[in-house]
Amino acid sequence: MHQHTLTELSQLLQSKQLSSEEMTKTYLARAEKFNPLLNCYISLSPERALQQARAADKRIHQGNAGPLTGIPVTHKDIYCTDGLKTSCASKMLDNFIAPYNATVVEKLNDAGMVTLGKSNMDEFAMGSSNENSYYGAVLNPWDTARVPGGSSGGSACAIAARLTPVATGTDTGGSIRQPAALCGITGLKPTYGRVSRYGMIAYASSLDQGGPMAQTAEDAALLLNAMAGFDKRDSTCVELPVDDYTASLNNSIQGLKIGLPKQYFGDALDSNIGDLIHTAIKQLQQSGAIIHEIELPNTHLSIPAYYVVAPAECSSNLSRFDGVRFGYRCEDPKDLSDLYCRSRGEGFGKELKNRIMIGTYVLSAGYYDAYYLKAQKIRRLIRDDFQQAFKEVEVIIGPTSPTTAFKLGERTDDPVSMYLSDIYTVSVNLAGLPAISVPAGFVAGLPVGMQIIGNYFSESRLLNTAYQFQQKTDWHRTLPEGYN
Amino acid sequence: MQWETVIGLEIHVQLSTRSKIFSAAATAYGAEANRQACAVDLGLPGVLPVINAGVIKKAVKFGLAVNAEIAEHFVFARKNYFYPDLPKGYQISQLELPIVGYGQIAIRLDDGSNRIIGITRAHLEEDAGKSLHEDFHNMTGIDLNRAGTPLLEIVSEPDLRNAQEAVAYMKKIHTLVRYLGISDGNMQEGSFRCDANISIRAKGDTKLGTRAEIKNLNSFRFVEQAILHEIDRQIDILESGNKVVQETRLYDPDKNETRAMRSKEEANDYRYFPDPDLLPVELSRDDIESIRTELPELPDAKRQRFIKAFNLSEYDSSNLTISRELADYFEATVQASGGEAKLSANWIMGDLSAALNKENKDITKSPVTANALGGMIKRIKDNTISGKIAKQIFEDMWNGEGDADTIIEVRGLKQVSDSGLIEKLVDEVIAANPDQVEQFRSSPGEKQGKLIGFFVGQIMKKTQGKANPQQVNALLNKKLTAG
Repeated sequence: MHQHTLTELSQLLQSKQLSSEEMTKTYLARAEKFNPLLNCYISLSPERALQQARAADKRIHQGNAGPLTGIPVTHKDIYCTDGLKTSCASKMLDNFIAPYNATVVEKLNDAGMVTLGKSNMDEFAMGSSNENSYYGAVLNPWDTARVPGGSSGGSACAIAARLTPVATGTDTGGSIRQPAALCGITGLKPTYGRVSRYGMIAYASSLDQGGPMAQTAEDAALLLNAMAGFDKRDSTCVELPVDDYTASLNNSIQGLKIGLPKQYFGDALDSNIGDLIHTAIKQLQQSGAIIHEIELPNTHLSIPAYYVVAPAECSSNLSRFDGVRFGYRCEDPKDLSDLYCRSRGEGFGKELKNRIMIGTYVLSAGYYDAYYLKAQKIRRLIRDDFQQAFKEVEVIIGPTSPTTAFKLGERTDDPVSMYLSDIYTVSVNLAGLPAISVPAGFVAGLPVGMQIIGNYFSESRLLNTAYQFQQKTDWHRTLPEGYN
Repeated sequence: MQWETVIGLEIHVQLSTRSKIFSAAATAYGAEANRQACAVDLGLPGVLPVINAGVIKKAVKFGLAVNAEIAEHFVFARKNYFYPDLPKGYQISQLELPIVGYGQIAIRLDDGSNRIIGITRAHLEEDAGKSLHEDFHNMTGIDLNRAGTPLLEIVSEPDLRNAQEAVAYMKKIHTLVRYLGISDGNMQEGSFRCDANISIRAKGDTKLGTRAEIKNLNSFRFVEQAILHEIDRQIDILESGNKVVQETRLYDPDKNETRAMRSKEEANDYRYFPDPDLLPVELSRDDIESIRTELPELPDAKRQRFIKAFNLSEYDSSNLTISRELADYFEATVQASGGEAKLSANWIMGDLSAALNKENKDITKSPVTANALGGMIKRIKDNTISGKIAKQIFEDMWNGEGDADTIIEVRGLKQVSDSGLIEKLVDEVIAANPDQVEQFRSSPGEKQGKLIGFFVGQIMKKTQGKANPQQVNALLNKKLTAG
């Protein structure tokens, strides 16, 4: 059963061949069995899950079920889940039971989904390898000596090992797409403002965006249908009607203009990955797509700009974790300053402290113009690059990550090489665009992801392109060994 | 050396919205600690702010009332600092692109002259919570009910030159925000408070001296005293050849002194940056003009109109327009009295305000309604009662014994204007008091005015004060001098 996609599981539920309770028990058992090895869950919530499963079975019986009713889901531990631990993979929130639901969680609950548990991640979503977790690193199911990518590494890993049919993720600089690529699954980062950020613990508010992670484009479309939409509790959420993202999956891509940015196929790219992406592009051409070479000339500025903007926002967003009202508080503080310094010093991990310090620095009097303002200008240049490109082409395709999954510990002492794993993904966040990563083959037994970037609110077209590609390929149906 | 004082005020006005600036929690004063703080006010992980549209409207009203530029595009910024009663570790405020730009307001000085004071800007921000240091056994309690309360910070130009001007300016703003209905202006509850920036320079200098900022002054009296004290302190420093240090000071009303809180070196770097959780707000010209149509008549315009329409003095008109409620009360009284503006003004500023002060009551809580007071004044004017009887009736009305006509009826207080009866009484009194009549007749004219009081008193005694005093006086004069 665990090999089924969400779409297939949904049919089994609707035709009453299987109950949600049975399905939930199967996935819980798998999670309990493999989590000690993979460490992709911070917490499992069997009681909540079974309760929701029984309620879903009732709904299915009464005939008022939707396609997601009764389907198990895993939430990245950055989403607040009422009554469940919401840790953000940080010691700081190890004791935090969220008193409310994030909008995304509320929407998926309303759709009748079953919360299996909360997935592991890089602490406060800061990282590209999932090694920055208070609960330890997540392993890649394709090779447990390797990282699953980050920051939504737990969600990607759990889907790849089929411990959950689908999961939620968040993407600030590539945190859905890069782990999706490294784990061989499908992950979509929607347009900024398409999915509510309410209840999604903020890392960098102007870049953060929640999105679906799944085995296939079709599953991602179903999940996005329920996640997307205006929320009056999030001022940055856009008040636009939500497409039925499954409606256009079967559309032809005949005549689709695809741009290949020269800058995404440079020296940084592993040539084996480059070959696979070119093969994938040929397959799209065979389906009628037209290929154009394009330029995104300011791509090289995206990592530096990102590492100014994101730390600046994070330094402020993380100020609320001060040991006063919730979360970790140090033992016996001797005064207020000691309370702050030790609570934060002991409660936050190393990468957070790096970014808080960088962020504090770039916002300081005398440095603001040189760093923060300049980074905002670069952001505009990058946005303009994309808009220029979208005059010629409808989607842009390239690799999601310059390498396949790297070894645990390989880059932990070299932050710059770690930051460069997001070289093809961060500019999308800086511009606020949607992009999807789909499995495009294997190099030495490790999955490779292809990234498809579209213009604002073009999620339907991205999912359509990805779906058409997946009709011609079976990379997304290939499973790692040893998880039966 | 001749010194000149330069003062600028930052007034914090709490805007009177039911819910907070960025959350749906209530703003009502006096709730049990932390009962009016929702997830957003507590700064829980994951929550987001959403601007309360009512707050924007109120700020625009203020801007329009001081002829300021209203921004069609304004931005919220984060002011970052750590404090236990600041839940998010930053305050949402405005730095660049505030909602209200440069404006002006006229203040009236004691000598009757006017001065124009510049308003640099006014911006929106959220209030912090409160740290409670008592009753917690060496610990600090935090009450976040105030956190997220909407504030409009009104920053003046350094145009004020002494404590009196500063107080006049503050009072003017206080009157204005209450007229506009954007704040209750309640100073005890902290809805209206200010920080004063004070510096001293040699008279004639154009460069500003080093300033000290005195924080959190919440009464007109404290503003005046704090400024007077601070001026003395700074002049003493300068005259002894030392330099004023730029710092933040606190005024202690018990000791009537200011003392240092933190110096410039210890000041925070607030690392302001645009709040990414809140998009820039766009206001169209149409939005602004539609808010303009909702503006009430403003204090200056009302004062001018009262002078013209009711023939009042500048003094009376200023007093009666000090608040919108008082002005409304006055107009309603005049209406009910059949147009007796001067009598209405005298009664309101005299007996009524004395009675209100005595019981510490606001005009809106007056037991005597404008209608009742006007009704009584009507009876004075048509000679049904005398001014003296009116005082008694006013007291009865205050004590809830009905309107003037009822009291007159029940108590039989109707004035006696029957000239036959009055003449009879006058004759009786003259006949009964030959000595006083003799004394009156032998006194010079200027003393007679005083002596006639005795006869008036006798007649009033006989009529329980109801005899028409004009008639009594006229007859007495005639008969006493005629003899």
